[in-house]
Amino acid sequence: MSTSPQNAYPSPVPAGHVGAVGRGSVLRGKPASSVTILPVRDVSIPKVSLEGISLSYRTTSKAQLVALDNISLQVRPGEFLCVVGPSGCGKSTLLHLIAGLYQQTAGQVFVDGKAVNGPGTDRILIFQELGLFPWLTVAQNVEFGMKMKNIPKAERKEKIQYYLRLVHLSKFRDSYTHQLSGGMRQRVALARALATEPDVLLMDEPFAALDAQTRDLLHDELERIWAETGRTIIFVTHNVREAVRLGDRVVLMTFRPGRVKQEFPISLPRPRHIEEVDVARTAKEILGCLREEINKSIEAEYADEKSR
Amino acid sequence: MKKAAKQIIFYSALIGIWALIAKLHVWPPYLFPPPWGVAEALWAGFKDHSFWIGVVVTMKRMLVGYSLAVVLGMILGLGVASNKFLEETVGGLLVSLQSLPSICWIPLAVLWFGLTEKAILFVVLMGSLLSVTIAMEDGRKQMPKIYSMAGRNLGASGFRLFWSVLLPASLPFIVSGLKQGWAFGWRSLIQAEMIFLSLGLGQLLMMGRDLNDMNQVIAVMILIIILGFIIDGLVFRTMERKLQERWGLVPA
Repeated sequence: MSTSPQNAYPSPVPAGHVGAVGRGSVLRGKPASSVTILPVRDVSIPKVSLEGISLSYRTTSKAQLVALDNISLQVRPGEFLCVVGPSGCGKSTLLHLIAGLYQQTAGQVFVDGKAVNGPGTDRILIFQELGLFPWLTVAQNVEFGMKMKNIPKAERKEKIQYYLRLVHLSKFRDSYTHQLSGGMRQRVALARALATEPDVLLMDEPFAALDAQTRDLLHDELERIWAETGRTIIFVTHNVREAVRLGDRVVLMTFRPGRVKQEFPISLPRPRHIEEVDVARTAKEILGCLREEINKSIEAEYADEKSR
Repeated sequence: MKKAAKQIIFYSALIGIWALIAKLHVWPPYLFPPPWGVAEALWAGFKDHSFWIGVVVTMKRMLVGYSLAVVLGMILGLGVASNKFLEETVGGLLVSLQSLPSICWIPLAVLWFGLTEKAILFVVLMGSLLSVTIAMEDGRKQMPKIYSMAGRNLGASGFRLFWSVLLPASLPFIVSGLKQGWAFGWRSLIQAEMIFLSLGLGQLLMMGRDLNDMNQVIAVMILIIILGFIIDGLVFRTMERKLQERWGLVPA
């Protein structure tokens, strides 16, 4: 690497201070760079707490399938948590549970110490398929959640502008989503989620379908936005490097039934870059553990095919 | 523009052949009227306001009956789509009822409501309702689940979820059913009016027959075709195209 990755960031944020800036005061907030001391925040209460979460269901062949098995996990306020695991390990299901869109068979999800019962705008999930509304313009998509929260029109207008600028889509406010590229759609989904100002942002493999360059760019933007807004993010991916690039902590899940296999705190300084040696080295270490699980998933797939 | 030119040539040729056959007197004019006779009947009909009244009365019935069908059909369709019990019971009944031509409801409507406006509306309703219901049910089922999940995720629930997410998300899937419902309702209405003799275009058509006035018969038939074309071809097709453009199903 000849150039320093630091140069790529418009507003460098001191490592360790990110995520603690301007929470809930996005519009009035001070620029991130002006914060130099660690703000006081009660980190003793986890933002999100999963306690003994299990989910099982019957498949069409009447077999009992355990998707998630006794998962316990704590997420600190303002933490960027990445969850990795082989496909089919239930990591996406886990996000749907936290969002309140699925119902677990055992255990309980707590947000700020309160049990989750159904969806709520304090936790917004960005779906893998995005689920942008094609009958609405970009601005109307961003407005949707605020409308549902009965935020007054003038304030909505202001926030649409703010969040579209945040994701660099101001020029496309009146476009329909099918007129945008994949990376732009991704940013619309991000703006739509952020505009409801959730405490917790749940992201389900959001960048999986993008080309490497767009993905790198969105990594930078997501890190910047996270630093500016101070949200707690739970980010699911199967890409270990991406997880190390973004996360304060990486949680590795096992293949069917999904359990927490191991946790890796990532203390590399921010901003990071996916091509950095340290990122690659850490990713390699985690990948070693993941490999076992991937092999299991492949074996299971072969077994499925044989039994058919 | 090219398409319009082709159409003008085609229709001119059609009228030309018609005029030629009429001129040759193959059949007597009271059985095969010339185009100018029909044009005269159209002119006279609009001049003495009888056609205007017919068009207004018929369209009013159609709009009222169809609106009723859309509202009821949406409620029924959504109910059937979201409830397993209703789907297995009412759903099957709806499909079998659709095989009943709506003209068959006329005797029942007359006995229930007498020769009144209500009876006619009932026939229109029965003509449109099933198509709209089945379209709504299909639309609700075909609609990608992600939209309702995304809506709930963003804080929508109950009626707002229906109005702001489920309805717009299923529109592309139900618009063809709405169109079909209109077409069925339209046919039922004209049929009912022909039997009922109560103003309207159907009655004008029957009046032409009773007076042995073939010019009027053809004139009213043309009127019915034109009205059907305006609604079907212009209103519904435009709606379909707009929807497809918005959704990116065809290049805008």
